[in-house]
Amino acid sequence: MKANVRRAGFLTTVQDAGREGFRALGVSLGGALDSFALRVANSLVGNDPGAAGLEVTLGGLELAFADDRIVAWCGGAFDVRVGPAKIPAGHAALIHSGEELKIGPAGNGCRSWLALSGGIDVPVVLGSRSTDLRARFGGFDGRALRDGDEISLGENSREASALIDKLRSKRISEWRPAHDWSSPGSAAPVLRFVQGADWNRFDDSTIQRFSNESYAVSSESDRMGVRLRGGQLKPKEDGDLVSEAVAPGTIQVPPSGQPILLLGDCQTIGGYPKIANVITIDFPIAAQLRVGDQVRFREASLSDAQRLLLDRTHRFEEFRRGLSLISDEISRRS
Amino acid sequence: MIVRFRGNAGDPPRKDLKTVLAAEQCLKNAQIPGVIEIAPAYVSIVLFYDPSRVVISGANVNRVVDWLAEWIRRAISNTDRNFDQAEIRQIEVPVCFELDSDLDELVRHTGIERQEIINLYCATEYRVSCIGFTPGFPFFSGLPRELAMPRRAIPRKDVPAGSVGIGGSQTGIYPIRSPGGWNIIGRTSLRLFDPQKSPPALLRAGDRVRFRPIPRHEFESSTT
Repeated sequence: MKANVRRAGFLTTVQDAGREGFRALGVSLGGALDSFALRVANSLVGNDPGAAGLEVTLGGLELAFADDRIVAWCGGAFDVRVGPAKIPAGHAALIHSGEELKIGPAGNGCRSWLALSGGIDVPVVLGSRSTDLRARFGGFDGRALRDGDEISLGENSREASALIDKLRSKRISEWRPAHDWSSPGSAAPVLRFVQGADWNRFDDSTIQRFSNESYAVSSESDRMGVRLRGGQLKPKEDGDLVSEAVAPGTIQVPPSGQPILLLGDCQTIGGYPKIANVITIDFPIAAQLRVGDQVRFREASLSDAQRLLLDRTHRFEEFRRGLSLISDEISRRS
Repeated sequence: MIVRFRGNAGDPPRKDLKTVLAAEQCLKNAQIPGVIEIAPAYVSIVLFYDPSRVVISGANVNRVVDWLAEWIRRAISNTDRNFDQAEIRQIEVPVCFELDSDLDELVRHTGIERQEIINLYCATEYRVSCIGFTPGFPFFSGLPRELAMPRRAIPRKDVPAGSVGIGGSQTGIYPIRSPGGWNIIGRTSLRLFDPQKSPPALLRAGDRVRFRPIPRHEFESSTT
């Protein structure tokens, strides 16, 4: 079945957990800039966590459905409605055939991830359904959605069908994940980082500046990276570096001294000094940064960063077990 | 996790490429638990890993990096013996130098005549040092010193696919239409990146590449 894109909004793309395995050939990881948010949303609608959903930047999306679907979204402070009913972040909601889902502008934050039961059925290219906007492949014809597009949805899973029955009367689930999973944005964002591969190329006062001052998000930011303005960061010595790998989370410092935080669509190698790497579990905060926001950086140890990530992985597994108990119970009763 | 085979300052000498390629092969063969993918660059290799899979495979939660480092050291300790030279391919890339380009500027910058630039450029064998920037973009080493020219002050918004360019002491080919700051000298009709193909990129690190000049009619007939 299909869903009709009445309005595509500012920038809406098909994304999944990303395209692994081709970085040696220059292919970006891509995928949802907060792939954890999409994994959570997918779990809520009975999808595999790696299913394709929509990344909605700054809102404006209107989708009409041709059959009953469960939807859920996570991300910035968006106004999401079906008819007059508001769908809060992190709740599973039933959309009936013929109804329209609207994602209004964001009060705070930049992006949201919308999971639709059955997932978005676009061809898998290089192991992923994600849209690579720069190289124009994957996702929906390698491009952002436009008004009038018809997107194909996969079959509802057994879990999704059970949820459709369960939510028939009240429409929106009472269960939801932890608040910081569904709404990770922050009015005073702090990103934790570990030292980058070129950390030692910066002197103490530069490191102090980076760790203590706040940086403003500039308007040239996109899915490749967040460009920041603030206290200048200059390496101790000028001179070109030999290009080497960069990845989402890398903070590189071009000759201007104004740092760039790389996001999912970033290039695979770069030649600017890498001062730091934002830790994975703070990517959800990074993906919500929008023009004018002020962000601060705080150092964390690598082992703390990894422990936090492992802890979240365990809690996510528990969360999925909890959700499967809900759908099992529904199946037993019906 | 980045494995550097030497510091990353200064120009990359060619001999690093062999070390990097040999180590890449050893690291792949080692199938280190938790490692998701391995990507080589000029003087380094990056390993992407999933810490939870590393821990499941036996690493202490607080010593994930040490545990991986030990695997890496063991894997590359006998690099030279295991390197398979047969893996290195020779590829010829036809290039048309008769289309719109920055060749005139290169003539002004280098003081070398147009035809002599083309001769010099095509007389050299290049090696693919790494692939990056955009999908399938090969960074070649081996550009004759006298052909080096700084990048354009203002990058172009739109460089056609197949454009062959010089940026500083590096040379490469734009596989897809993209913005770019290198000086364009010609264009190839070969498709360097096709996501529907396996592998999607025509070239990979280590390949030996030669350029063959082709006339405009040959370029045009091979692109239609």
